[in-house]
Amino acid sequence: MKIIGLIIVVVTGALLIYAAADFPAWSDPASPASTYLSPYFIEKTMEETSVPNIVTAVLADYRGFDTMFETTVIFSAGVVCFFLLRISRREEEEPETRYYRHVLTGVTIQLKEGYKIPPSADFERIDAVWTPPDLIIKTGCRILIPFIQLFALYVIAHGHHSPGGGFQGGVILGASVILFAISHDLRTAVRRMSEKLIGILCAVGVSIYAGTGALCLLLKQNFLDYSALAGVLHVDPITARSHGILMVEIGVGIAVLATMIWIYNNISSAGRYRQGL
Amino acid sequence: MTDLISTVVAKYNYWIYITLMMIGLYAMIAKNNLVKKIVGMNIFQTAIILFYVSIGVKKGATIPILEHGHGPDVHHVVHAVDYINPLPHVLMLTAIVVGVATLGVALALAIRIYNNYNTLEENEILTQVREK
Repeated sequence: MKIIGLIIVVVTGALLIYAAADFPAWSDPASPASTYLSPYFIEKTMEETSVPNIVTAVLADYRGFDTMFETTVIFSAGVVCFFLLRISRREEEEPETRYYRHVLTGVTIQLKEGYKIPPSADFERIDAVWTPPDLIIKTGCRILIPFIQLFALYVIAHGHHSPGGGFQGGVILGASVILFAISHDLRTAVRRMSEKLIGILCAVGVSIYAGTGALCLLLKQNFLDYSALAGVLHVDPITARSHGILMVEIGVGIAVLATMIWIYNNISSAGRYRQGL
Repeated sequence: MTDLISTVVAKYNYWIYITLMMIGLYAMIAKNNLVKKIVGMNIFQTAIILFYVSIGVKKGATIPILEHGHGPDVHHVVHAVDYINPLPHVLMLTAIVVGVATLGVALALAIRIYNNYNTLEENEILTQVREK
């Protein structure tokens, strides 16, 4: 197998090197990729959408369909992780003995055969093997997380004027919640942001994107042609395109945020939603 | 000879991407462990991202965010040669996030396989499948 693999790799590599001889040199302004479509985007974006960040304008407006289905791909990836790991866990029996820890005193109690403690702030459920979260890490993350989230919101909201947008901001937001889950434990993170909420947010994000497109359709324009929103927002059609981009970026941000957390929760605990990493 | 060297130097981005891509491809074909295969897939993906982003570069151009974007006099004349190609950036921006999502799906599948066969080595899984 290794020999066959090596032969395939060498042959493919040789073919690619042979093909690279016909490619334009690095940083050539006259290369085919830079002369056909991109000059239009660079020169017309400002007049047509009033968004200085060309990448954002192309992503959410000119290539709106593509981005909508990329968001759907992310959504389906989150759902697939849920189906693969979580659904098949449902039939698995709960452990017979449950452990609870009294938060204030640190006393652990053990309950046998299906007895439960009603949910309260005094007791938290723990695993049979439980390591207390480190105080320095916990406190450090508690200070860091609000700033990370603020930065993420800035990245989403300022995607028109600086590098950023829904995908990047959504990932940063998701990372802040994942950091919380790592620094504390998964149970605490799921208590703060339940599985149901994550699933709903995931779908809401995609719906905001598709809904903005459908709204344009209802206002007698093409799907995802944001200039139709001019009448609703009371602005001129060009500014309406800029606002439409912001709306779909928010949808993308929510969908990406929820999917990142969903995938992390499912994979880190193999669908069991216990202590996690 | 100098001709050949200047060609090699002028296209160095392609050599890097080909090397990375072949490392990923080899890992996907030859490695026995499923997680190593997934890592190979990710290296492959990184190679493609590098390829696209390096195609967008123009000499002497800046990032594709228009200067003097806001303010009353927005109608500056914009020259396409001053800004790098935004299209590869758009494509790779979504590809990176989708790549993370697909990595999640791949790892979820690996976890399910491990639960079923108690191993991630491909040959051991195959013998177990044949025995059944």
